[in-house]
Amino acid sequence: MVELKNITKTYRMGKLEVPALKGVDLTIINGEMVAIIGASGSGKSTLMNIIGCLDKPTSGTYLLEGQDISRLDDNRLAELRNKKIGFVFQQYNLLPRINAIANVELPLIYSGILQKRKRAIEALERVGLGTRINHKPTEMSGGEQQRVAIARALINNPSLILADEPTGNLDTAASIEIMAIFKKLNDDGMTVVLITHESDIAQMAKRIIRVSDGHLIKDYAVEHPHLHLEPGVTL
Amino acid sequence: MNVFESFTMAIRSLLTNKLRSALTMLGIIIGVASVIALMSVGRGAQASIISTYDRLGTNMLVIVPSSGEGGMTGYSTTTTTLTLEDAKAIEKAYGVTAIAPSNENFVHVSTNNDDKFTVMEGVTPTYLQVMNHTVASGQFITQHDVSSRSLNVVLGSDTAASLFGTRNPIGQSVKIKGYRFTVTGTLDAVGGSMMGMSMDNVIYVPITTFQTRLFPQRTSSGEDAVQQIAVRVTNTDIMPDTTLDIQNILRRQHRLTADAKNDFSVISQQQLVGIINQVTGVFSIFLGAISGISLVVGGIGIMNIMLVSVTERTREIGIRKAVGAKKRDILVQFLLESGVLSLIGGTIGIIIGWLFSFAISQIDIGGMKINALVTPDVVGLAIGVSLTIGLASGIYPAMRAARLNPIDALHYQ
Repeated sequence: MVELKNITKTYRMGKLEVPALKGVDLTIINGEMVAIIGASGSGKSTLMNIIGCLDKPTSGTYLLEGQDISRLDDNRLAELRNKKIGFVFQQYNLLPRINAIANVELPLIYSGILQKRKRAIEALERVGLGTRINHKPTEMSGGEQQRVAIARALINNPSLILADEPTGNLDTAASIEIMAIFKKLNDDGMTVVLITHESDIAQMAKRIIRVSDGHLIKDYAVEHPHLHLEPGVTL
Repeated sequence: MNVFESFTMAIRSLLTNKLRSALTMLGIIIGVASVIALMSVGRGAQASIISTYDRLGTNMLVIVPSSGEGGMTGYSTTTTTLTLEDAKAIEKAYGVTAIAPSNENFVHVSTNNDDKFTVMEGVTPTYLQVMNHTVASGQFITQHDVSSRSLNVVLGSDTAASLFGTRNPIGQSVKIKGYRFTVTGTLDAVGGSMMGMSMDNVIYVPITTFQTRLFPQRTSSGEDAVQQIAVRVTNTDIMPDTTLDIQNILRRQHRLTADAKNDFSVISQQQLVGIINQVTGVFSIFLGAISGISLVVGGIGIMNIMLVSVTERTREIGIRKAVGAKKRDILVQFLLESGVLSLIGGTIGIIIGWLFSFAISQIDIGGMKINALVTPDVVGLAIGVSLTIGLASGIYPAMRAARLNPIDALHYQ
C-alpha cells in the first residue's frame, strides 16, 4: 500500500538548507491502523504531507499501491489526492459558506462524478450524521464538523485515510466519538494513518511509529489497541 | 468539473459578498453605459446624415468653392468663387438635368409672439426638384421672386409648425434681420437631421434676396457669390464625364490658365457620404475611447477585488487543492468569477446606456435634436470589451490562486 524507501526532504530557506526528513523507510500494508507520533518539528508533518501527496520528497522513492509517485507532476498528484487519499485535519478545513452536503460533495466535483448528492448523504450516514446535513459548518459543533470532514474524506472510496491531529480541537467526549468512527472504518478494512502527539490517542492504533529529528526511531505493534481518555470509558 | 457547475459555483461565491460584488460591478456598469450612450450619439449623427443623403439619391453632384488645394480640404464658406452665371453655364454640361444654386446661413426669425433660430437657404425655383422636396401648401420660390429679389419666404414643416402651430401660415408675415417677409408656401416634412439641426427646420428665400439684402458676399471679381451648386445628372454611370465637362466649363468661366488649379471642387454624393462616414466614424470612436477609460478603471477595480478575494480565500484554495482540485480548476474558478462579474456588469451597463441614449434623443433644445442610435455593433463591442476586461483583469489573480502551494494555503490563517 504505502512504501517509502530512503525518503529525504530538505527545505530551502534562502541559502540555508533545513533537512526535515533524513532517510525514512516505512511500509504500511492494507488495512493497518498506524499512529505516527512525534514532537512538533520532528518531521511528522512533512512525512504526512509526502504520504498524502501534498509534497514531493527531495530524494528516495514513494510507492503508493505499487505506483511510484515521487516524480509525478502537480496535476497527477492532485488526481491521486482526489481518488486515493482522504484527508482529515485538526482544523476540520470545511468551506464555511456551504452546507455539510456540499462540503462532502467537494472531492466529487473534481473527479467529474455525477449523482454527488446521493453519495454525500451515504457518506454522512456512515459517520452518523443522517440529520443536520443541510447545516453550514458554522452552525455545527466541533465533533459534528469533524464528522463532516471524515465523510468528505470517505466519499471517493480512498485507499488511505490520513488524519492529522483529528482530535486536537475536540473535547474528550467528541474525541472518543471521532476515534470510534476511525476504529469502525478500520474494522471495515480501511487503512488509517493517524498523526498525533497525544500518546493515549495513539494507543488506539495497532502500530505506533515514533518520529524524531527526521528519523523513524521506533516502530512497534500495540498488543491491545484501546482508547482510554477518561475513567470508565474505554473503547 | 463541468461548465454548469463552475458557473453556479462562481455565481454562488459572488452572492456571498453581495455588496462587494455590486460595487465592483459598478465600475463596469458605468463604463459600459457611457460607451453605449456616447457611441449612440455618434452613430445617431451618422445615421441621420446618411438618411438625408439617401433621400437625395446618388445621381447628384455638388460644386463648392475651394481655395485651390483640391478636394474638400480647401472648402470654406469664406471662399467665394462661384456665381449664378456659373450655375447657368453648368446647366448646359453633359448629362445635367437640373441645377440648384444655393446659399445658407443661420438666422433668427420672429413673428409677433415667437422667435426661432433656423437655417436659411437662399434658393432658386429648381431647388425644389433637385433636392426632392414637395410643396405642402401655397407655392415655392418662383422665378419672379428671384428676379425681383422679393421678400417672400417658404417655410420648412418644422419651422411652420413652431412659428404658427396649427394656424395657416400662408399670407402671414415674419421678421428676419429687420425685413418683413411674407410667407407664400410651406413644404412637406423630409425627416432627418444634420449635426442636430432638423432638415425641416429651414426657411427658404430667393437666392437674390439672400445675396443682396441679407448676407451680401462677393467674389473677387465683385459679383454676388453662390456657396454651392447642386446638380442632377441623368444617371450615375455618366457622372465622371459630367464632372469633367463641368470642370472644363467652370475653368473657362473663371478664365483659369492651364497651370492654375481649380478654384472649385466637384463632389459626388457618394464621396460626400464617404467623407461624412469617416468624420462621424472618427467622432464615434473618439467618444467611445473617452468612455473606454472608465471601462479600464472598472477593470482595475475587478482586478483589485479579485486579488483581495484570492488572499481571503487562500485556505479555501488549499482545501480544494487537498481534495483534488488541479491548477486549472482553481484558475477557471477565479476567471469565471471575474468573467461573470464583468458580464453581468456589462449587461446592466448596456441597459442603462440604452436608457440614457433614449433620454438623450428625447431632448429638444429649440429645434436642436440629438439623434442617438444604439446599433448592434456598439452593443457587441461593449459586451466584448467588458468580457475581455473581466478576463484580463481576472487572469493575474486567478494565476496567483492556481499557483498557491496547497500545504502553505492550508495553514494560512
